[in-house]
Amino acid sequence: MEILVCARRVPDTSENEIQLNSAGNDIERDDLVYSVNEWDNYAVEEAIQIVDRLGGNVTVVTVGNEDDEEILRREMAMGAKHGVLISDEAFDGSDGRGLATILAAFVKKGKYDLVLTGVQAEAGEAQVGGMLAAMLDYPFASLVNSIEAFDGKLKVSREIEGGNREMNEIDLPCVLSIQTGINEPRYVGIRGIRQVASVEIPSYGASDLSLDASAVGEAAAKVKRVDYFVPPMAKGAEMLQGDREEIASKVIELIKAKGGLK
Amino acid sequence: MVEVIVSPAQARYLVVQGRVLFSIIPLLGIACFAYIMAKRVAPLLQSAPDFRFDQISIRLTRSLKYWLGQWRQPRYLLAGVLHIILFAGFVTLSVRSVSLVALGINDSLVVPGFSGGVGHFYNLIKDYAATLVFLCVMIAAIRRGVIKPARYAVPARYGKDHTSEAILVLGLIAILIASESAFEASRAAIQMQLGQPAETLAPLSLAWMMRNALVSTPRPWLQNLHLDSYLIHELTFFAFLCFLPMGKHFHVITSLFNVYFAKLRRGTVKPVRWGVGDDQLDQVKSFGVKKFEDFTWKHMLDFYSCADCGRCSDQCPANAVGRPLSPRFITIKARDYSFRHYPLFGKPRESEPLIGGIYSEDEIWSCTTCGACEEECPLMMEYIDKIVDLRRGMIDEGNVPQSLQKPLKSLESRGNPYGKQEKKKAEWTKNKDFQQMCNVKVLDGKNSAKTLYFVDSITSYDDRMQSIGRATARILSAAGEDFGILGPAEKDSGNEVRRFGEEMLFQSLRDHNADAIKASRVQRIVTADPHAYNALKNDYKGLPPVEHISQLIAREVKAGKIKLNRVESNEAVYTYHDPCYLGRHNQVYDDPRGVLDAIPGLKRVEMSRCRDRSFCCGGGGLMLFYEPQEEQRMGVLRANMAAEAGANVIVTACPFCMVNIEDGIKVAGLEEKMTVIDLAELVDKHIVSESPASA
Repeated sequence: MEILVCARRVPDTSENEIQLNSAGNDIERDDLVYSVNEWDNYAVEEAIQIVDRLGGNVTVVTVGNEDDEEILRREMAMGAKHGVLISDEAFDGSDGRGLATILAAFVKKGKYDLVLTGVQAEAGEAQVGGMLAAMLDYPFASLVNSIEAFDGKLKVSREIEGGNREMNEIDLPCVLSIQTGINEPRYVGIRGIRQVASVEIPSYGASDLSLDASAVGEAAAKVKRVDYFVPPMAKGAEMLQGDREEIASKVIELIKAKGGLK
Repeated sequence: MVEVIVSPAQARYLVVQGRVLFSIIPLLGIACFAYIMAKRVAPLLQSAPDFRFDQISIRLTRSLKYWLGQWRQPRYLLAGVLHIILFAGFVTLSVRSVSLVALGINDSLVVPGFSGGVGHFYNLIKDYAATLVFLCVMIAAIRRGVIKPARYAVPARYGKDHTSEAILVLGLIAILIASESAFEASRAAIQMQLGQPAETLAPLSLAWMMRNALVSTPRPWLQNLHLDSYLIHELTFFAFLCFLPMGKHFHVITSLFNVYFAKLRRGTVKPVRWGVGDDQLDQVKSFGVKKFEDFTWKHMLDFYSCADCGRCSDQCPANAVGRPLSPRFITIKARDYSFRHYPLFGKPRESEPLIGGIYSEDEIWSCTTCGACEEECPLMMEYIDKIVDLRRGMIDEGNVPQSLQKPLKSLESRGNPYGKQEKKKAEWTKNKDFQQMCNVKVLDGKNSAKTLYFVDSITSYDDRMQSIGRATARILSAAGEDFGILGPAEKDSGNEVRRFGEEMLFQSLRDHNADAIKASRVQRIVTADPHAYNALKNDYKGLPPVEHISQLIAREVKAGKIKLNRVESNEAVYTYHDPCYLGRHNQVYDDPRGVLDAIPGLKRVEMSRCRDRSFCCGGGGLMLFYEPQEEQRMGVLRANMAAEAGANVIVTACPFCMVNIEDGIKVAGLEEKMTVIDLAELVDKHIVSESPASA
């Protein structure tokens, strides 16, 4: 099975103190460290595991610039066969639809049985997977937390309300957005990355993908970010005082008062 | 004198002449033994290299102490004393065994140097040796068969009980001793009956008692007993020899080599592959131990040499809290794997992955690398290097628990496991009250100092542990040290990064720190974190001398530069908990105790497990992130041990011990009765300030 995984490089929330810049239109980008968007990392692991069982290749693609090669190498060190960078100044400022347009153009150039995205990106809007499927006219399942292949189809389960699962059959080729927890992604260390350090990563621009530059990028974006703000601090938490039993009975009272206990 | 006793060599056994029979048996026995040994050596020839052929004089001295001197045996007193007697008996009787074999071929063959007076003296000694061994075998059999000390038990998940093997071997030894004594006694009895001068039997020895019992037995019976006991001895001897390499008694043969080739440098970890430099590691195809043949030959020799005494697991804190790790079975399972895969008959079997085969992932991640097992092993076996090698193998396959992946990634991108920003590394010094008393320089090229205080990650970033950092800085000031810190340029020392098997990440941290330290041009390094101390001292190369703060305090107290006030409370009873990386791995036991005892009026007690038997708090560095399967926490057991010793303050000298013991005290429900304090904090509280402001 030929699998394409769309991945993205994002500031790692566990290793950065995300703050707004003074202009309030972006986060402070000095001293940020980046990593692969967590959901995408699960998607790559899932793709590798499928290929390990059924054969085929995993390709990881990202839309960005040279800095984003770092995550492609990380995913290749995990076991993805190919990494592809889609990069063009014309793509700067694309909204979710723009990104989906770019990726759709790339998917059409190749021959993939399965396209995976993360459910969302830490810096994103959870739009690309669904739009990409629509543009390709592929079936789509979101929030996928298990995949099983049979008879040229997939059986996928989706995470629904309350942690329940919904089982679906879906025809190939299709697009799936992958939920975290679907697997346990393998570890990639410096050594793994070094081993793929010299692998050539092809880069495609708008013309390589036969993309009309006016359909993507900032000019074509229909969703525009106007502001960032930190929500005002709500009233402080109430600290219950007293010994353990007193606190416990106060908690019960409070929950009862809000209808949580009958 | 007419020889009226027919010797085994002259006798006829059924249709065979004795000397023929007793030439054939040793030949067959030795051939069989050589065949078995060749099969046992086979996996060693497939193993990874290991450089142990250096430092001959140190190795010989250590062999004298730990092998011939059985130095570690009395740590378990009864078993140890029994073993020392058995061992000394075996060494003594080995000459007799050789001479007995020779006697079967020709009556006049004597072991060189054992004729005449020496021989007579030796005969007395060996009679007593044999008698003592016989007694020890009986006691040992009662221990194994009746008393059954808990540490010999085999938990169901590790296989079947090993008692029968132990009893079988004890039985073989008893037969050897009894038949040799009967052989001697029957001849002496005949000689007495004939009024001939007989070889003196040592009074009260087994042979002497047997002779006295046999003295009125008819002579033909005695003659038969003489010949039969010889045959039994000969057969048992070679059966025993060939049985040795089949199980735990292989150590009788391998122990000398195992001790001679034992690891010499404490606190270090073996290289990924011996003979491959750090700069060539990219060319090594596979890291660590994934299959049995990835072990080094010495590690395989360890497996063969294990006497299954269970002392390692008896001391292992992971085993004590019910983690799925028992060092003894790391070895026994590998030995059995080797025996299965390199069978005595037929071709070696295809190798299988060790993880998921004989070992589980959690088993290998459960080790805190505290070193208690290695400290205890009478045969000087290594565990940490094997665990690290197995972890390297898992890391190489990407098989790392999710709980460890984040901190490892953060160490890579931020240089600390918490993912904190580098620029905040020195924030612990910015505390206002502290800054008024003590201004800590950051050695960033503009500032210079004689001494570097290497803070390391946890003390720099953890709110609670920052207090240890400030205490350390105040002590350094009080001692008049010209010191500074690296600040943002300091990355994690990487002690646990290396020990969790992430060698390349460790090397990048090490190289970064080593460059920063060299650039700071300091003349020496001090740290209050034993893990950093160990890494800088043993894993890094070419740095200025490194000291733990307890060593510096001890020295300055002696020199009179640091003076300590009397303890405030008479209620407090202190006990010192040895951090593994300060104590066992670096042998710093006395300095911290000396510092405590230098505080006037301080009452101090020892826990039963102290010094080189200290009980790990739960592990430091990355171990704080790992989520082990366990029944309880090591810190809880440790807090209870302190309570048993009658202490109400645990003093430690390591921020990780602080984390784990603080938690342990809470979980043990001892919050009202027990506190824990770092040695630096305690000294800081008691230091006599000479500044006029606080005088």
